[in-house]
Amino acid sequence: MATQPATTAETIDDRRARADVRARTPYHWPDADGHFGPYGGLFVPETLMQPLTELREAYERYLGDPQFQAELDADLQDYVGRPSPIYLAARWSRELGGARIFLKREDLNHTGAHKINNTVGQALLARRMGKTRIIAETGAGQHGVASATVAARLGLECVVYMGEVDVARQEANVYRMRLLGARVVPVKSGSRTLKDALNEAMRDWVTNIDNTFYIIGTVAGPHPYPAMVRDFQSVIGREARAQMLARTGRLPDALVACVGGGSNAIGLFYPFIEDTEVAMYGIEAAGDGLETGRHAAPLNAGRPGVLHGNRTYLMEDSNGQIIETHSVSAGLDYPGVGPEHAWLKDSGRARYDAITDQEALAAFHCLTRTEGIIPALESSHALAYAAKLAPTMRREQSILVNLSGRGDKDMHTVAKHEGLIL
Amino acid sequence: MSRIAARFESLRARGRTALIPFVTAGDPNAATTVALMHAMVTAGADLIELGVPFSDPIADGPVIQRATERALANGIALSDVIAMVRAFRATDAQTPVVLMGYLNPIEVMGYAQFAAQAAAAGVDGALVVDVPPEEGHDLVGALRAQGLDLVYLLAPTSTEQRIRRIGAAASGFVYYVSVKGVTGAGHLDLVGVADRVGVIKSLIPLPVGVGFGIKDAATAAQVARLADAVIVGSAIVSQIEDLVATPERIPAVIGDFLSGLRAAMDGADRG
Repeated sequence: MATQPATTAETIDDRRARADVRARTPYHWPDADGHFGPYGGLFVPETLMQPLTELREAYERYLGDPQFQAELDADLQDYVGRPSPIYLAARWSRELGGARIFLKREDLNHTGAHKINNTVGQALLARRMGKTRIIAETGAGQHGVASATVAARLGLECVVYMGEVDVARQEANVYRMRLLGARVVPVKSGSRTLKDALNEAMRDWVTNIDNTFYIIGTVAGPHPYPAMVRDFQSVIGREARAQMLARTGRLPDALVACVGGGSNAIGLFYPFIEDTEVAMYGIEAAGDGLETGRHAAPLNAGRPGVLHGNRTYLMEDSNGQIIETHSVSAGLDYPGVGPEHAWLKDSGRARYDAITDQEALAAFHCLTRTEGIIPALESSHALAYAAKLAPTMRREQSILVNLSGRGDKDMHTVAKHEGLIL
Repeated sequence: MSRIAARFESLRARGRTALIPFVTAGDPNAATTVALMHAMVTAGADLIELGVPFSDPIADGPVIQRATERALANGIALSDVIAMVRAFRATDAQTPVVLMGYLNPIEVMGYAQFAAQAAAAGVDGALVVDVPPEEGHDLVGALRAQGLDLVYLLAPTSTEQRIRRIGAAASGFVYYVSVKGVTGAGHLDLVGVADRVGVIKSLIPLPVGVGFGIKDAATAAQVARLADAVIVGSAIVSQIEDLVATPERIPAVIGDFLSGLRAAMDGADRG
């Protein structure tokens, strides 16, 4: 899975940067069975084993298929709007003092977040595999919208599973999915949030494997999903690495990205993994505070276990039951995390910290006022951390933050925190 | 020989197909489960599958999901389920008991610890739904060290290569999932099941149980003709759900239901 899709807008610098990464890449995870060290793997009921084998084989085949890659590159350029720019948040950086902060503008993608990078890729794969029906799970609704979008474009039936609680707090995205022709199924089991939507999507897949392709939205799930979603999302880091080199003549000193399941973070980190001089910070949702237990920070406050097809850090009770999470940001409200993050944490290559609801909201307002960019609440967690980090660094240093999505979807949530009802 | 293997051997000698009921431990309450297990044996159950509740049961349909939620609301943990088997064993040393559930509670307890406690309580085997043989090596080792069987699922999607691999990893029996779907799904395709069971039996020597989608005596009788065991879960659990307000009636009602299945299956055996 070393081959990476390239964008058609690729420059010499891009190509050099990619060759550079590949030439120095002893990092080889996952292994053939989908393990990242002790994490990842394939923990699913027998009915799904053969479909997952077929998916892995198809993915490996098309990864090396120039025609597939050309189609993907064209879609990323013409439909998604790639490459997304990097932007120097000059005024905000000056206010904070210290390192300069650059933003990778995934918020400028079609549908407003990084999620579409992955759904475009998986939908092309679905079509090549002859599947006529797409299913997806969604929390905040961004992945559901991105899935409904590509399904509409390719004329595929689309069913999106969404926890009943999330359906209620993300009405606008539910309506967007319906406009796009998707059927949104509210999930009433368990905690009625993202994890339960994932359970329900897996149940649908087991039942309809013959014609259905399950587009998982994050770097979790059974092999090959964590690697496949990473590969589709790593266009973020590939572009950003070349853009930083072109813009500043050197690599950034630190990368910062929010981590729910962790797809935008892996997408940014992966092409930098062998650049050991670049520090990587994954930021989880501390909710009301790690000490309150009301958070969504398994890497910071959970422990390893098995959920949704892979071994990773989880939020669980002493009996191994998965517990409810809390975050102001629905997209981070998940009790697990991609297995590659678990490995990057244990191996020490990346550091994982957490930001509270209040800190994220403060950063949301700060970026909005100083730069005229309204960030998603998910991305605001990364911004809040960068705001802590920058003053500890020198002026000639730089931080690259993945601005993974725009905040339009969060207007109601933010207004509610201000005591307003829109 | 394990209690499960011995049971299948004696059934084969008597020309009888095993009836294996599934119930979720602690549904609707902890006190009912052990009495229900005894009632099921009296009604003709040959082996019992006891469901270990887990918060995220991806292979289960709505009926068993709700049973799981009721059990979890009662605070039932893996150690409680093991304790129920210990209590059951106080008066039944013969009927094999298999724990059926998901990996994470076992992962948290620790494989060796789980195997030791389960074996000491009189558990005979485990079916861990989300552990395929690819990930099962350490778990098999821990269970084998305590003389416990690891029962594996086979599915309509299992290739011959997978069937062989699973046959090599499994012991006790294998559980053929008769439909693509979750527990309690409908529309059992008997011709397809007969075909697949024939393939499985030609490839591996273990007894083959068939489950998922067996709802009534007529279906049980039909499946009994082609499998070594008939496994019934959701059809029982949905009746338990109807009786949550009067749990004291559950052992008798489920016992009657199983007697009906048993009679239909035995008629099928003779036919």
